Amino acid sequence: MYEKILLAADGSDNSVRAAKEAAKIAELIPSPYTLEVVYVADFSKAKNDVLHSQGKEELELSRRQKILPIEEALKAKNISYEVTILHGEPGPTIVEHANSEQFDLVVIGSRGLNVFQEMVLGSVSHKVVKRANCPVLIIK
Amino acid sequence: MAEKIKAEWFSNIRGDVLAGIVVALALIPEAIAFSIIAGVDPMVGLYASFTMAVVIAFAGGRPGMISAATGAMALLMVPLVKNYGIDYLLAATILTGIIQILFGVFKVAKLMSFIPRAVMIGFVNSLAILIFMAQVPHFIGISTMTYVFVAITLLIVYIVPRFFTAIPAPLIAIIVLTAAAIYSGAKLRTVGDLGNITQTLPSFLIPDVPFTLETLAIIFPYSIALAIVGLLESLLTASIVDDMTGTESRKNKEARGQGIANIVTGFFGGMAGCAMIGQSVINVKSGGRGRLSTFVAGAFLMFLIIVLGDLVVQIPMPVLVGIMIMVSIGTFDWSSFSYLRKAPRTDAVVMLVTVIIVVATHDLSKGVIAGVILSAIFFVAKISKIKVTEQLDKEGISFTVEGQLFFASVDNFIDAFDFSVENKDIVIDFTSAHIWDDSAVGAIDKVVIKYRENHNHVIIKGLNASSQKMVDKLAIYNNEGANLSAH
Repeated sequence: MYEKILLAADGSDNSVRAAKEAAKIAELIPSPYTLEVVYVADFSKAKNDVLHSQGKEELELSRRQKILPIEEALKAKNISYEVTILHGEPGPTIVEHANSEQFDLVVIGSRGLNVFQEMVLGSVSHKVVKRANCPVLIIK
Repeated sequence: MAEKIKAEWFSNIRGDVLAGIVVALALIPEAIAFSIIAGVDPMVGLYASFTMAVVIAFAGGRPGMISAATGAMALLMVPLVKNYGIDYLLAATILTGIIQILFGVFKVAKLMSFIPRAVMIGFVNSLAILIFMAQVPHFIGISTMTYVFVAITLLIVYIVPRFFTAIPAPLIAIIVLTAAAIYSGAKLRTVGDLGNITQTLPSFLIPDVPFTLETLAIIFPYSIALAIVGLLESLLTASIVDDMTGTESRKNKEARGQGIANIVTGFFGGMAGCAMIGQSVINVKSGGRGRLSTFVAGAFLMFLIIVLGDLVVQIPMPVLVGIMIMVSIGTFDWSSFSYLRKAPRTDAVVMLVTVIIVVATHDLSKGVIAGVILSAIFFVAKISKIKVTEQLDKEGISFTVEGQLFFASVDNFIDAFDFSVENKDIVIDFTSAHIWDDSAVGAIDKVVIKYRENHNHVIIKGLNASSQKMVDKLAIYNNEGANLSAH
């Protein structure tokens, strides 16, 4: 069974759904496991984030608040987890973390973008599927 | 020490060198465009970008941050250059550096973190608007070809990065469109029409200004404005780089470093500069982390100018205009529109006032100062709301005071009491209040004494320790026969 699960979360509805599915998988694991909730503070939003918060603490808080619904979903199922906040471009950063820390499974929500949005924004889940060394579960 | 130098300079050599080269390429068009905004030769901005970056690589407090000639600074120096010339600008640049070092020494940089975010949002927005406005004379009503080149530049800088990111898109636009302009023989204004490029290293010079008080009086207001704006943008940029890299920076050291870099820049014929948000983000995104990246950016920029100076003068102005439009769009905080709706009314007003004052005066420092003062006033107004609730019971009247009692709230405090009562027991409860200054104690005195005049018995209770201390030291109502005339 999976021992190290990475749950990529941005606080969106899709990532909350992903958290619920990750919880279902974690429930089935009999042995000790780690579930790491990874939030990536996007480089391209850094200026905006810093500008709109008065100081480091408020910035930290606003990011923790984003993943609050995910934490609630996991707590509701009594799943133990840890939270990591990384900085970078979401896709490559999740891939690098998943590969260097040798996770067994990546769970990620799909934003469900249309063709045009995908061209402009790029699909994070696609990038993760393409480059991660472990199985990837995309929740739509 | 040696460990630290190694970590800050050589722990990420490959990433730093590559990112530095990318930044150098992206810096060239901006340095030239900002020189044109300031009304000086492109070399003044290019030299500034070289010396700023190289010096700050050693002296700065935020490794990996890029400093060079910037739009915010260029906009401030326009009237100085126009009325007095380049030598006064160089002198003002040196004085800016001296002021920034003093700010660093006296830890003013730390104070800058108190600048409300509404003011900072107003700052970047008005900067974006001014950069855009500065482009208008270079492309409106010149020729159809000018519009075409601006439009193609914008298409290139926005579409190419979707598919290809190894070379900065602005540089691709410059190369492709300069070549297109030369081969097609299109009649376009070029960088060469607005100034010269000299393919030499900058050399030490002392600005040719009379060393008199009159000179000082001319340059000082500009230097103070440059120092404030430079530090403001540098510290904001430092916070952004801190956040992106998850590391800390030393703000006061950065202030001193900016000062040193500006002094050197002034003596080597460059215009005052500061940290650049856009370029620093490009640097970190491209993998730059250490001081080496900043050094490479400056050094490689100078190398390119010395090698390619002949070509740089042929860059068509519309291409630079297009790149500057991109810079202004990138600088503008587009979430401001939702901020205006969601943020507290007073914050929204502060933001708008900052923008309006900057756009009206073309001076970023005036907008910032006005914004800070306005938000201080709003803050005082907000916390000066004091609530006094009255409760009648059989023994007498009790008042509960909630809030901060200080010079701005004493009037409201006193007005809350009705002094017409006689022969009552009155209790004033300060459990939920704090006494801040002499006028607060004076107000309590006044209330107590006024009640006593009508033979009421007044008890003050619930003062917290520091409030009690203040009252014990200053209040006169405890003295026998106290009356109002003692105030």
